Amino acid sequence: MRRLIITRALSLGLSLAVATLVIFAVVDMVPGDPASYMLGTGAQPDTLAALRQQMGLDLPWPVRYLRRLGGILTGDMGTSLAYKTPVAGMIMERLQVSLPLALMALMLAVALAFPIGMAAAARRGTAADTALMGAAQIGIALPNFWFAMLLVMVFAVNLRWLPAGGFPGWGHPLAALKSLILPAVALALPQAAVLARTLRSALIETLGQDYIRSARAKGLSRAQALRRHALRNALIPVLTILGMQFSFLLAGAIIIENVFYLPGLGRLIFQAIGQRDLVLVQGAVLVLVAATILIAFAVDLAYALIDPRLRG
Amino acid sequence: MRLSLTLGAVLAGLALLAAGFSYVWTPGDVTQIAVAQKLQPPSAAHWLGTDQLGRDMLAMVMVGARLSIAVALVAVGIGMGVGVPLGLWAAARSGSWLDEAIMRGNDLVFAFPSLVIAILITAALGPSALNAIIAIGIFNIPVFARVTRGAALPIWTLDYIRAARLAGKGPARISLQHVLPNIANLLIVQATIQFSLGILAEAGLSYVGLGAQPPTPSWGRMLAEAQTMISLAPHVALVPGLAILMTVLGLNLLGDGLRDALDPRLRRRA
Repeated sequence: MRRLIITRALSLGLSLAVATLVIFAVVDMVPGDPASYMLGTGAQPDTLAALRQQMGLDLPWPVRYLRRLGGILTGDMGTSLAYKTPVAGMIMERLQVSLPLALMALMLAVALAFPIGMAAAARRGTAADTALMGAAQIGIALPNFWFAMLLVMVFAVNLRWLPAGGFPGWGHPLAALKSLILPAVALALPQAAVLARTLRSALIETLGQDYIRSARAKGLSRAQALRRHALRNALIPVLTILGMQFSFLLAGAIIIENVFYLPGLGRLIFQAIGQRDLVLVQGAVLVLVAATILIAFAVDLAYALIDPRLRG
Repeated sequence: MRLSLTLGAVLAGLALLAAGFSYVWTPGDVTQIAVAQKLQPPSAAHWLGTDQLGRDMLAMVMVGARLSIAVALVAVGIGMGVGVPLGLWAAARSGSWLDEAIMRGNDLVFAFPSLVIAILITAALGPSALNAIIAIGIFNIPVFARVTRGAALPIWTLDYIRAARLAGKGPARISLQHVLPNIANLLIVQATIQFSLGILAEAGLSYVGLGAQPPTPSWGRMLAEAQTMISLAPHVALVPGLAILMTVLGLNLLGDGLRDALDPRLRRRA
């Protein structure tokens, strides 16, 4: 277990380093000088030179990369070109919307997928199984932003149960939660469909194993054998999908936040792109990618917790 | 399972047909703005109604299909063109540092979902359909590399590969002549799945303005423009959404059906 953690942690560090390098390189390739962008077209050459020096733009790129990396490690992600405020603070503020949204969606997806996947696996080959898996196929094919629009049409415009968009802030916890319900449902449904399908096939695979037959032979019912023995063994592929899904949820949230006008990380990224605020884009993308890499790391460790054979 | 193959082929075929047919005929000119006829519900003159600029929705959906299919197709091409050789190479040198490097590189690209790649590219180069293709294509590379390597590894242990090696064939020739044909059906199935994901990704990118720019009709942007009019004229939002749903559903069913039809041994895993 310790060796596993150490090797995984090493590759985690390497992935993070390369990811920051890629993001830095892409943003650095952009034509145009951030300093002259900040000062506008009428800037004096010596003011420009002073700002360039202050921003470190006159240094060679490996030095600038290492400086940025050092800054990020100490919590300094630079200053937004358009808003002139620290990027780290802006991202933290927006994460207060994006993170609860992604978590709500993930929990909802799991809560939907497990009963559906288990019911379909237990009734394999019946009409109920076919109906559930048919519904899952539609769920997978559903573009989440379109589904979000339909949800708004039904639950916000026609029924007036929930707000169509906007976010009141966590100062009003109930209203804030209510405004996240429709976005979370829109994000969760397609993911729940993928998860339910994976769970069903993983369960069917394990249900064919000898130890399930033994469990049945000692008198457990099909449902009991499924819950007590098959479920735990079917969790590995499900966990893989869950880990991958979190990155899709974060990316999907970028689009869904735009449908519901939620002030999350996704909206921030689009504002930043619109204003050519490259420091902000860089910081926000870095946070998204780092989150994905960290989740993959956590999933790897979770494998070992679920499956003792992998602890070696 | 024959049902999913047939239904999938019909639905996916419908989208292909609409795109192809749009070059010959459309029920109206998509470049012609007729504001007097805006937001009309479906009628005999306009089967699927008209949009906020009075353009025929059926014509818009047909022309929009071209872009969705072209973007997804080229992106799958990029993914296969780079990913399959990488996967074959990694499998041929399995366990070596090269294999390790290819697979770690894949993990890294996986950490950048296509939307994040698109955001980076757009921030750097500006939004366009070409950049959407690159973003989705790059994301497809590790998918194909992984599937290819996974499928090729067990083939390398088989007797006829050993025979080919004894006959003096190099790893590149063995990969092309013996491994690739044996994993082709898996790759076709994966291509169908990535094709449908590509259509979803293109729609998402266009929806947020990172894909094709006006006036090129695209399903995603039609939905973005319909959003504010959804209570006035629901058909403007329903038609492009249903087009995406049916195409993606069709391709997914086709993929499932092909997997079962091409390899009965895989049926248990379905």
